[in-house]
Amino acid sequence: MARFIRVILFLAILGLAAFYVLTRPGSVDEAEFAGLTPDVVHGKDVFHAAGCASCHVAPKAEIGDAPVLSGGQAFHSDFGTFYAPNISPDPDHGIGGWSTLDLANAVIEGVSPGGKHYYPAFPYVSYARMAPQDLVDLKAFMDTLPPSDTDSRDHDVGFPFNIRRTLGGWKLLFGSSDWVLTDVDTPELERGRYLVEVVGHCAECHTPRNALGGLDHAKWLTGAALPGEGKVPPIAPALLDWSEEEIAYYLETGFTPEFDSAGGAMTHVIENFAKLPAEDRAAVASYLKALP
Amino acid sequence: MKLKMIAIAAVATALGAHAAVADKAIESAIKARQGQMQLYAHNLGILGAMAKGQADYNAEAASAAANNLLSLASLNAMSMWPQGSDMDSVEGTKAKAEIWTTFPAVAEKSQAMLDAATAMAAVAGNDLESLQGAMGGLGGSCGGCHKAFRTK
Repeated sequence: MARFIRVILFLAILGLAAFYVLTRPGSVDEAEFAGLTPDVVHGKDVFHAAGCASCHVAPKAEIGDAPVLSGGQAFHSDFGTFYAPNISPDPDHGIGGWSTLDLANAVIEGVSPGGKHYYPAFPYVSYARMAPQDLVDLKAFMDTLPPSDTDSRDHDVGFPFNIRRTLGGWKLLFGSSDWVLTDVDTPELERGRYLVEVVGHCAECHTPRNALGGLDHAKWLTGAALPGEGKVPPIAPALLDWSEEEIAYYLETGFTPEFDSAGGAMTHVIENFAKLPAEDRAAVASYLKALP
Repeated sequence: MKLKMIAIAAVATALGAHAAVADKAIESAIKARQGQMQLYAHNLGILGAMAKGQADYNAEAASAAANNLLSLASLNAMSMWPQGSDMDSVEGTKAKAEIWTTFPAVAEKSQAMLDAATAMAAVAGNDLESLQGAMGGLGGSCGGCHKAFRTK
């Protein structure tokens, strides 16, 4: 029954999208990227904050200092199974042939260089506000990583979800949204918001989704069920009573205030955040406490 | 006929008793390993409070906690992880079944824990800075195993 409702809803979106003829894949404004000089060292921080390696290394592979982004990890969902592609700098099997604008369109717009929509298993909904400079730096860092000649695996997604054009309709509904925390009065809070809502894409796992897979902003960071990962805990302040110091310490070491340690996919996040400057971990903590 | 019934009943009782004994053994093993984890957490908490500046650095207390961690990491834990004590088979555990199908990986993680505990025990009594430096390694070794083998 749930599936039936989902299909009906999906067809409704299909009609809506066709009506507005807005399923056309978008692209970033080139002018915003003109004249930016890449900073490869900063690109490494962006790479870790964005958690690229967590999903794009081979299944069970270690991330290490120079991860091989050969792809292959499976992500199960109600709509099918998605396989992370090879995004190593290999020109044939990875994304070595991409320009910085190609990467920007992929990350910010969720659109491939060939003009196709990506599935939102790739968290471009969160990445949409990424700063152009960060993207330029990210591209420069990713170009330094080892290439892999592993073929990307096709997603295992049934009709009607396998028609990528319909994702244009999905993006219309769930693709862009305003900041969740609108009141940021310090640079630290602003940085924290950027890390949590955009680059760190925390909501992708910690916020529940509606029947069509869109994030439920009314339940921001209140925890969710994730296929294969079980229950993802809430991190909104009403449901998490850790202090800012405890949150920052957890992101650095993986230790909870009770000295249990992080498990499952969160260990990837800890591994990445441990490599960031301490101010970034503190900024995330201040954001989480500032949420209503 | 009657004899057959008695035989069946006897076998069934024996099997049932056997199952009950097995359940008890698994329950005991799960309790034991969770107790070990609790002991880790207690001693890590002592070191962590100093590392975070919530407690004053005390070389003696730090050494004691670090040595406890090393002792805990040195335990032969084989009997606490029997087959059939994974989260798919029984309630009350978050241990993934993969633990029993990827044995060399488990042994490597356990060695990493021992290495990290050894490193901490070697420096915890020196000064606060050394203790803080060894905390990350310990956290990493806990996470190393929990990433692959425990749900959260």
